Amino acid sequence: MSDLFLLRHRTIAGLNQLSIYLENGGFKTWKKAVTAQKPEDLINEVKASGLRGRGGAGFPTGVKWSFLPNNIWPHYVVANSDESEPGTFKDREILEYNPYQFLEGLMLASYAVQAKDAYIYFRGEFWQIARRFDERIAELTASGYLGDHLFGTDYSLRIHTHLGAGAYICGEETALLESIEGRLGQPRLRPPFPAVEGLFGLPTVINNVETLTNLPVIIGEGAARFRSVGTEKSPGTKIFSLSGRVKKPGNYELPLGTTFRELIFTHGEGIINDAKIKAIMPAGASSALIPATDVALDTPMDYESVPALGGQLGSASVIILDETVNISDLVKDTVHFFKHESCGKCTPCREGTYWMSCIIDRIVSGKSKKEDIDLLLTVARNMQNKCFCALGEFSTTAVVSAIDKFRADFEARLES
Amino acid sequence: MNQLLRKHSLEVEKILAKYPPDQKRAVVMPLLHLVQQEDGFISRERMQEIAEIAGITTTEVASVVGFYTLFHDAPGARIKIQVCTDVACDLRGAREYLNGLCSQLGINPGETTEDGLVSIEEVKCLAACDHAPMFQAHIGDALEYHENQTVERTLDWLKSMIASMKSPASAVEKKTTDDGGSHE
Ligand SMILES: Cc1cc2nc3c(=O)[nH]c(=O)nc-3n(C[C@H](O)[C@H](O)[C@H](O)COP(=O)(O)O)c2cc1C
Ligand code: SF4
Ligand code: FES
Repeated sequence: MSDLFLLRHRTIAGLNQLSIYLENGGFKTWKKAVTAQKPEDLINEVKASGLRGRGGAGFPTGVKWSFLPNNIWPHYVVANSDESEPGTFKDREILEYNPYQFLEGLMLASYAVQAKDAYIYFRGEFWQIARRFDERIAELTASGYLGDHLFGTDYSLRIHTHLGAGAYICGEETALLESIEGRLGQPRLRPPFPAVEGLFGLPTVINNVETLTNLPVIIGEGAARFRSVGTEKSPGTKIFSLSGRVKKPGNYELPLGTTFRELIFTHGEGIINDAKIKAIMPAGASSALIPATDVALDTPMDYESVPALGGQLGSASVIILDETVNISDLVKDTVHFFKHESCGKCTPCREGTYWMSCIIDRIVSGKSKKEDIDLLLTVARNMQNKCFCALGEFSTTAVVSAIDKFRADFEARLES
Repeated sequence: MNQLLRKHSLEVEKILAKYPPDQKRAVVMPLLHLVQQEDGFISRERMQEIAEIAGITTTEVASVVGFYTLFHDAPGARIKIQVCTDVACDLRGAREYLNGLCSQLGINPGETTEDGLVSIEEVKCLAACDHAPMFQAHIGDALEYHENQTVERTLDWLKSMIASMKSPASAVEKKTTDDGGSHE
């Protein structure tokens, strides 16, 4: 494997112990930032690195930080550790095995926007991980890396954990804020954006775990080092969560711009029983289904190239489907997922996911006529551009692309 | 007097200190977790106590309980097994595993065994898709992941869990079994 920026625990044993993280240069960048650098220096370095958000949208991180108004205080930073997109399991590996690098990243982000309180929002299922973080935060406070007047300066920082309780929608940043505030996890109308009116109505930065874990590398080793890997517009590495019908599923940290073929056939060692690959979902259950043609397999996985195939890189949760899979079964799973996770706030999504699940169940059980396929497509199309947040839109992506590209799989299920 | 406050005053103080003083409502979820860890579910009385501390109505607390799938307003089985049958796990045999497990226990997904000890439920992605089939178990106040499962392996684990619950001498162990799910 080439340069590892994130999964460094794979080459350094015990990196999830503070002593070992410190032995390997841990928190040096943090100390230097607080004692010798201005917040703008950090923002400029991150801007120069071209780091883009790893939580799905790929928005430039440094640019996002600079949106916080300097006349409204306090500022907050929130780490998004809700990781719930089906097929995504990268943040969990960081949180369990390289937690201090993530924490150092969160601390650097907080210093950059001069936040004195930061929150980590964990999905409820990460209960044990969250407990460990409470211990780690106490440990860092006792060792003087967190708390008041850090290293004798005026800067103080406290980190708090907040545990969700099983709701995918809380990964959406405004629903996440509602959830911290003790409300139902339902998205807010935007604008105002969280950068201006976020947590408790105050300016807030929300970043994904993987995004934050890159920061000690960028600020400690420099933007040029970060840019030496990846592509011009998508610099750095990315953790690809590979799952589905491959021989060796797992997390692979690779330069952005690596091809699907290399990920699937070199790192994932190809398809189970050497069956024929059929389709790729590059961004978990929210993905479009991309037929696994040679062109698709040779496409670089970065923020520009995947959309050219009609998909999104998203959080890079690459689910592989082979010839043994009937695509209508897969669509049944994605539709059920979104029906279960719809927060119920807006009608198109609440009703649309319900009707899509009724129709796909009928199709898969073999009790449908041809009209049902078109009916499913119509329901999905009618939801598009009408939902209050992206979840509603995501629920239609697999449906529409599957019927478009793999209609025969649906027809094979019809009543004869 | 508020029982929750009396019994866990230190813990409640710690939770209150996490949020700005004028944002007390934010303590709702941490308090619900605290109660559920102790009681296994959240009763109406407890909701009322939480409402008092958070400065909101009991109905508002109840709607939070209703919204989030991990909060329960009724006691369940002693061992709750939640099998992920979502997209990526389904592609790696999770459904066959679930059916096998259910038939061995003589229950359907969503049901509890007659002795009230074990229940099985299907759940959505738990961020362990590369180690399917997998389940999450709720036992008392613990929540643990079990990865790379087979029906036999799960049954062996269940047997030993039930045995340890029945023998008063040995306490239930509360750690994650990372059954071969190591990261290289
Ligand atoms: C339905 C939905 C679910 C999301 N789930 C997550 C999630 O689990 N983790 C995450 O980091 N971002 C998630 N996001 C994206 C966040 O809204 C947000 O863009 C992200 O946390 C910003 O961080 P970044 O700029 O570092 O990527 C989700 C978005 C939507 C619409
Ligand atoms: S689109 Fe779905 S998840 Fe988003 S606000 Fe509407 S109902 Fe809620
Ligand atoms: S799909 Fe089962 S853990 Fe992700």
